[in-house]
Formats: sequence, C-alpha cells, structure tokens
Amino acid sequence: MAEAPAAAASAVQPVGPLLAVRGLNAWYGESHVLQGMDFDVAPGEVVTLLGRNGAGKTTTLRSIMGVMRKRAGSIVFADRQTIALPARTVARLGIGYVPEERGIFASLSVLENLHLPPVFSRSAMSDQEISDLFPNLRERLSSQGTRLSGGEQQMLAIARILRTGARFLLLDEPTEGLAPVIIEQIGRTIGLLKERGYTIVLVEQNFRFASTVADRHYVVEQGRVIDMIKNRDIAANLDKLQNYLGI
Amino acid sequence: MLTDLIGIPIQALAGQLLLGLINGSFYAMLSLGLAIIFGLLHIINFAHGAQYTMGAFAAWMGMTYAGIDYWWALLLAPLVVGLIGVAIERLLLVRIRNLPALYGLLLTFGLALIIQGLFRNYFGASGLRYPIPAALSSGTNLGFMFLPHYRAWVLFVSLAVCLVTWFLIERTTIGSTLRAAQENPNLVEAFGINVPRLITITYGAGVALAAFAGVLAAPIYSVQPQMGADLLIVVFAVVVIGGMGSILGSVVTGLCLGLVEGLTKVFYPEASSVVIFFIMILVLMVKPEGLFGRAS
Repeated sequence: MAEAPAAAASAVQPVGPLLAVRGLNAWYGESHVLQGMDFDVAPGEVVTLLGRNGAGKTTTLRSIMGVMRKRAGSIVFADRQTIALPARTVARLGIGYVPEERGIFASLSVLENLHLPPVFSRSAMSDQEISDLFPNLRERLSSQGTRLSGGEQQMLAIARILRTGARFLLLDEPTEGLAPVIIEQIGRTIGLLKERGYTIVLVEQNFRFASTVADRHYVVEQGRVIDMIKNRDIAANLDKLQNYLGI
Repeated sequence: MLTDLIGIPIQALAGQLLLGLINGSFYAMLSLGLAIIFGLLHIINFAHGAQYTMGAFAAWMGMTYAGIDYWWALLLAPLVVGLIGVAIERLLLVRIRNLPALYGLLLTFGLALIIQGLFRNYFGASGLRYPIPAALSSGTNLGFMFLPHYRAWVLFVSLAVCLVTWFLIERTTIGSTLRAAQENPNLVEAFGINVPRLITITYGAGVALAAFAGVLAAPIYSVQPQMGADLLIVVFAVVVIGGMGSILGSVVTGLCLGLVEGLTKVFYPEASSVVIFFIMILVLMVKPEGLFGRAS
C-alpha cells in the first residue's frame, strides 16, 4: 500500500510532490500515535485525510507543522527536509496552519488575531483582499476574537494564515460543529483558494463535505494510510469508504 | 480652614496618604512585573525582590565607584540588571521550562538567597545612604501638607511606567503577541514567531522593571540587602488579592492597598503592618482567584 499513493500523485500532476511524507512516526508520551504515515501532496491539490476519531489525522498535521515534539521519519516540503525543524521555521517556509477548534485567541481582538502571524512572502493577501473574501469579518474587527460565531471564527482562522503569504494550508476539521449554510460557504472559499493555486491538506470527519472540495482522499487508520481514493472514483468506492469510516 | 478630621490633623492624614500612595506605587510596579513574568513563563519569580535590590545596589555602586548620577542610574541600572535577568533565563530557567511550576519557584527562591547573601557579604546588613538628586531635594508647601519633590516624582514616574507597560501590552503588536503566547504558545510558534526569544525578552523586561523600582526606592528607603525580600512578601499578598489575571488589576490593587496601609497607620497604627495580609485572607475566603483574576 505504501507505494500506491506516490504513484497516484504523479498520475494527477506531472511535477514532483510539494509535500512528501515518508515513514512518519509520532508519539504522545508513551503512546505511539503515527506508525509510518506515507503520502504525497502535489502543488495545487486539495487532499483530505479521512478516518475515524483517534486515527492520527490531527497528529499528522501537527507533525508536519512541527508542533509535535516527538516525531521521526521524513517530511519533505518544497524539496526541503523539515522533520527536525521547529514550528516557527516550518511556518516561514510558507505553511499555514488552522488548528482543531480554530485557535482564536480570546485575549485578542479580531484585528489583533488577524495581524498576529507575521507576513513572510510577497504573495501574501492584502487586508483589502481578505476583507473582500470574508466580508463578515469587516464589521467585527474590534470585537473580542472568541465573541465571533463558530463560522466567523473559522473564517478568521483561515484569513489569518492567508495574510502571511502561506500557499500551503493545513486545515483541521474546518466544518466541525458548523451549520450547513456556513459549511457551504467554507466549501466555496476552499474552491476559490484552489482556483488561485493554493495547495490544501484537509482533515475531515465529514466525507460528504470532503467530496465536494477535494481531489483525492487518504484514509487513515491507526496511524497509517491504508487507502487512497480519487475523488472522481468516490461514488464507486462508497461502500468501502463507509466501511473504513464506520458510518 | 478645616484642620482636623474626626480628631486626626489633616496634615498627618495627608502625609500618611502620600506615604501610602508611594508604597502603593512600588507594590504596583513590582506586582506588574511578577504578573507579566507569571503570565508567560508560569514561574512565580521569587527573585523579584532580589532583582529590585540589585537595581538599588547598582545605582549605589554606580554612584560610589564610577560617579554615575541618579538620572543615568535610572536608565543604566535597569538595563544591566535586565541583562542579568536575560542571562538567568537563558542559562537556568530555560532548563526547567517543561517541569512543574514549583521548580521555578524553588530555583528563583534559591537565586534570591544567593543574591542577598552576596550583598550581605560585601556590603553588610546595615543600610547604605543614597542621596536624593539635587534637583528634587526640596519640597513645596501645599497649605494642608508639605510635599517633598522627590516623593511627587516617584509617584509620577511609577504611574507613568505602569501606564506605558499597560499600553505596550494592551495596545501594540508586541503586546498582542505576548497575550497570544500566554494563551497558546505552541500555536503562536506555529505562526512563525520565535516564542523562546519572546520568553527571554519578557523575563528580562520584568526584571528590568523591578530594578527600575529599586533605583527609585534607593533615595527613600535605605539601600540594604534585605530591602527587596521585605517588600516582596507584601507584594505577593498584593498579587494574591488582585489576582494574576490583569495588568490594570495589579496596578489598581497595588495603589489601593498602599492607601489602605497608610490610612491604617493613621487610625490604628498597630495593625498597619498586617492589614494587607488580613485583607488577603478575606479575599481568599470570598474570591480565591483574586479581585481582578479569572477563575481557571
């Protein structure tokens, strides 16, 4: 199974992967959470990690970002090995991270949350572009960050990393706990970012949502990638997928 | 003109209130530094009193050995002591960052004892005299009381310092980064910000603030090894009463408790040295997280 994802990735995009994860292991204390993750993400792709609770999806994002302290294996991003780099250096390579539960700071206003991450690259979105993309945030800039609704907080968390110039985004369950109409809005935003050439790795429980935005899906179980399904084949693989996810 | 209030001469009352406000402004500056350090490092900086003492001694040594006057000392002593703070953080505190908070408390307590011991060894336990700078050595008769200029200056500067600190933390980018790092340092790091360096700078700044207070104190309290330790006990009570949560809370609590202490000296002098601890016990019973603290 380990060879399949690499082969599939090169079938989608002729260029080499932007992110290549090989034999990634990670631990929380004694607990061995990731046990040899292998997958690739090509430039401009939207890829999801699907799997049950506790499969290791969030830990994978945390490991790529460098927030996980105890990890081993290989993570190559834009031809650079990042496994030993601290999170702040990984971020400066152009990886933007929206954590589980969004990570909006309660002691900061919306504007302060938005301006917290430093701008790294010339491809950064301007405040004007951000404001056009997320008009809801415009009137709430002076509110306390956590006073926003869940959907607005999610928008803010995405806006915050777009402003840094990151072109590779890690989104951890952006639809969790949100109303269908907000989920639709987030789906449209992800579609728009994909059109603009952003590369996105999405952790999702909601595979119906995932199937509306992604190119490919990796199925994660017990800290390993056990399968890869292209989005165009998803209808044919519905039974298999439901079996994997236990729904 | 009214010359006394319920049997207390106005002059005595005003004098004690001024004294109370000045003590209160020292409580405010020191508890501010403690709160900032605690917020980011989760360390109760027991060396804070010793670092205040270092500020006073740095001013005294500068004047005695190098002829550096008060005004330069006000600038240089916090800088030097703050850099020593940076070294303490880089060399010692960084090693215990992932251990329970108790280790930080014990380490800084040990440091405080060493610093005090060194000063006692070289300068003795009795106070050294540090003169009031010539420009502020006189006073003004306000009619109801005599206002020494140096005391007015201390009050003004310490309030200004507290205000500037509040502004830095609540209204600038550095401040919002600091507040975010207090909430979730890992995420702030994942945004490309160097959190370890932020921690070092924060500790250095908190220590410099203590040293600055030490220089301000040198001309009014005698410069001696124990000066910080005596003050710190009260400051800890102030912090418990105010709660660790809020910057403005530390300042307001510090000033108010100074005033309460001053008033107690007028009305019931016997209780003046314990009144703050009495309030602390009351607050702990009614609102354990402190008046301005957030329950966690």
